[in-house]
Amino acid sequence: MSVHDKTVSELAAGLAAGDYSSEELTRACLQRIREQGSALNAFITVTEEQALDAARVADQQRAAGRAGPLTGVPVAHKDIFCTRGVRTSCGSRMLDNFVSPYDAHVVERLNAAGMVSLGKTNMDEFAMGSSNETSYYGPVKNPWDTRAVPGGSSGGSAAAVAARLVPAATGTDTGGSIRQPAALCGITGLKPTYGRVSRYGMIAFASSLDQAGPMARTAEDCALLLEAMAGFDRRDSTCVDQPVPRYGEALNRDLDGLTIGLPKEYFGEGLDADVARVVDAAIEEYRKLGVAFREISLKNTALAVPAYYVIAPAECSSNLSRFDGVRFGYRCENPRDLEDLYKRSRGEAFGAEVKRRILVGTYALSAGYYDAYYLKAQKVRRLIRDDFLAAFNQVDLILGPTSPTVAFNLGERADDPVSMYLSDVYTIAVNLAGLPGISHPAGFAHGRPVGVQLIGAHFDEARLLNAVHRYQQVTDWHTRAPEAFA
Amino acid sequence: MAWEVVIGLEIHAQLATRSKIFSGASTAYGAEPNTQACAVDLGLPGVLPVLNAEAVNMAIKFGLATGCTIAPRSVFARKNYFYPDLPKGYQISQYELPIVHSGEVLIALEDGRSKRVGLTRAHLEEDAGKSLHEGFEGVTGIDLNRAGTPLLEIVSEPDMRSAKEAVAYMRKIHSLVRYLGICDGNMQEGSFRCDANVSVRPKGQEELGTRTELKNLNSFRFIERAINFEVERQIDVIESGGQVVQETRLYDADRNETRSMRTKEEANDYRYFPDPDLLPVEIGEADIQRARAELPELPDAKRQRFMEQYGLSESDAGQLTASRELADYYETVVEASGGEGKLSANWVIVELGGALNRDDLDIADSPVSAARLGGMLRRITDNTISGKIAKDVFDAMWRGEGDADAVIEAKGLKQVTDAGAIEAMVDEAIAANPKQVEQYKAGKEKLLGFFVGQVMKASKGKANPAQVNELLKKKLSD
Repeated sequence: MSVHDKTVSELAAGLAAGDYSSEELTRACLQRIREQGSALNAFITVTEEQALDAARVADQQRAAGRAGPLTGVPVAHKDIFCTRGVRTSCGSRMLDNFVSPYDAHVVERLNAAGMVSLGKTNMDEFAMGSSNETSYYGPVKNPWDTRAVPGGSSGGSAAAVAARLVPAATGTDTGGSIRQPAALCGITGLKPTYGRVSRYGMIAFASSLDQAGPMARTAEDCALLLEAMAGFDRRDSTCVDQPVPRYGEALNRDLDGLTIGLPKEYFGEGLDADVARVVDAAIEEYRKLGVAFREISLKNTALAVPAYYVIAPAECSSNLSRFDGVRFGYRCENPRDLEDLYKRSRGEAFGAEVKRRILVGTYALSAGYYDAYYLKAQKVRRLIRDDFLAAFNQVDLILGPTSPTVAFNLGERADDPVSMYLSDVYTIAVNLAGLPGISHPAGFAHGRPVGVQLIGAHFDEARLLNAVHRYQQVTDWHTRAPEAFA
Repeated sequence: MAWEVVIGLEIHAQLATRSKIFSGASTAYGAEPNTQACAVDLGLPGVLPVLNAEAVNMAIKFGLATGCTIAPRSVFARKNYFYPDLPKGYQISQYELPIVHSGEVLIALEDGRSKRVGLTRAHLEEDAGKSLHEGFEGVTGIDLNRAGTPLLEIVSEPDMRSAKEAVAYMRKIHSLVRYLGICDGNMQEGSFRCDANVSVRPKGQEELGTRTELKNLNSFRFIERAINFEVERQIDVIESGGQVVQETRLYDADRNETRSMRTKEEANDYRYFPDPDLLPVEIGEADIQRARAELPELPDAKRQRFMEQYGLSESDAGQLTASRELADYYETVVEASGGEGKLSANWVIVELGGALNRDDLDIADSPVSAARLGGMLRRITDNTISGKIAKDVFDAMWRGEGDADAVIEAKGLKQVTDAGAIEAMVDEAIAANPKQVEQYKAGKEKLLGFFVGQVMKASKGKANPAQVNELLKKKLSD
């Protein structure tokens, strides 16, 4: 049985047709994770027993005629989502011993939809990183070339889906952490509008930017997952009470008359020429589908990275204060006194990138610096948002590269955090504006996958999924598998 | 040199909501440690705060009762610092935009004048947990039951000029929050506590002196003593050529002194910033109207009404409206007595007040209910008993011997109003004291009291005094 190359919707059809049971499917995936996945280090925890139990329950539900569209389909969760009874590490030594007593909203929703969780995927520590190299559990490798990074912070989820270890996975995106690894691993990943999916139970990095979303091979699969994940949750005050559209039903709409903007700032300096050629080819495909393109300007684009690297660290410096060695998580050996307990617990358990951001954020919020940094960054944030809102008066969607380059090699940028930060230039502004964005595979450069990003207006996920789905109907980039994992 | 004292208070009133300000856990006091702390209160990874709407409603009520401006938009901010009883490493509070601001209250001064004290602001915040030191060896326990309990921090202007004024202000706020039903005011349990900012300056000087902040003032008595101690200390420092240091000082009630806790230089940089997990609190006209509709009659209005409706003096009305419970008790007495406003006031203030004081009881725990006290007053006005006998009846009721009628019946205290019986006793008193009769007739009219006393004694106090008086006068002038 060769189920590993199938998409979520294909598996759903196979399960519905009785071609295989969820238990068989789950066993096949678990075996593949064991045999072929270990080289990638994509998982921090594989929950074999719980997965098989859940698969059997799914099969019973199907037998009882109560199966939904996702019942029995395997999934993996980024290890940032709390999962009851399962270690939830957030990629950090700090939470290496933390077994969550509760499920995150997203996990609850996908469990309720009957999906079978295979385990928890690797990630940059506390989602801080663009290469998955900051994980306490070691870097994830890119299935297309194990010398390369998979991107981050949802690198484990991206690599697992790209390597066909699991048909879909959850991710979170604070500055590009779904879209950039999706691009670098050649899969499709959607960051929804801020407030579309509840953040309850998702370990906070930067609360005003964090958003959970699906990572899968196709837009169709992302639509299926988003429909299950999205929706109002009163436990998250920033979650918006707005009905969830039937994303699947809008997938096949005609793209005739759709106008897509091309921000000139996204095609300038720093963009790899071969990546640019792939994006141009994608634009041609969309044109053939009836899309009209026009150049637009998002004039504050250059300010997005600096503003982000004030706001996100500021929020994280406060969000990570709860990891103090007192109630849960890592505690240093034999603390002399309270201050020693704090200093050594945090000093020993946080990695270098997390510490760097806590320091930056603490500085930015300090008395005397707050106005110059935090307040100024918030003003920039409003300008960036205004740029987008003005653009959406002229165009329906915005398109550009997801990342200026293809996947770089492990260690290549590890000593240069600023160049790492700058590689998120196209994704970060979308988080600052709270907009939905999707990255889909569009070809290759330097032998590695290239992603194209589409950005939509607030709550316009349906249109993003529709456009990418139509593109995927006429192209086959999303079906390409890394040779070693075909 | 003459010194002027300048005091401002920060009062923390624990709001009487059933659940916490950002979680569904109970706020009940006294549970086993950590049994009323849910995932949100523990600050587990991934949890998020959700604002308790009732806490907002209570803050609006306080704002309305003190003439504050209710902010259409206020913002929760994080106050960042590390402490073991602060689970998230930050306290959710309000900083730049509080929920209500710019109000005032009137306090009564000792000379009977009233004085305005300005309210700078009142803001919502969550309480921290508690560190437990007793019963642990070499370690500290942490109880997070209190973590997340809603507080209203009420900040006054530096308008008070003596410790007594500070106490009067605090009593006023204490009375107000209890009237509003937004705080139980229990100071032992920490539901109502206060920090005082104290400074002194030469009389006539405009500029404020350097202030110190006094912490841990958990009774009205301690506030007065702590401020007085601190004022003396500051004056001593200045008069001996020193300078007051801006610092936080802890009041030690056992030694009656204040001690330095930390100076301004050692103070935390709290790195306040708007909490991104919570939306701004938006309050519309409808919210304000709803809160207004739920407002009870407030102390100042009630005092005025008591003066007009029951003909009470300002002082009596003030005493009776000091707490909502006492005012309610009084009005129940009036009703049960058949509308005897002044008589009821006297009995509630003097007899009941004295007995409560003597036995150290709260009005809520009075052994004599308002209905019973009113019922007894009715027996005075309908001449069943005299005011003097009534005191015995009251004492018996206080001891739990039943209502007034039962006590009167059991002890045979019913007043004698039978004219024949009284006349017999009057005749007997006149016959038994011929010398006094002679003196009376010779003009020593104050001897009437002697004869009344004789008759009352003979009747064991039960004869109707008015009748006795009248009859004696008549017979002695014959």
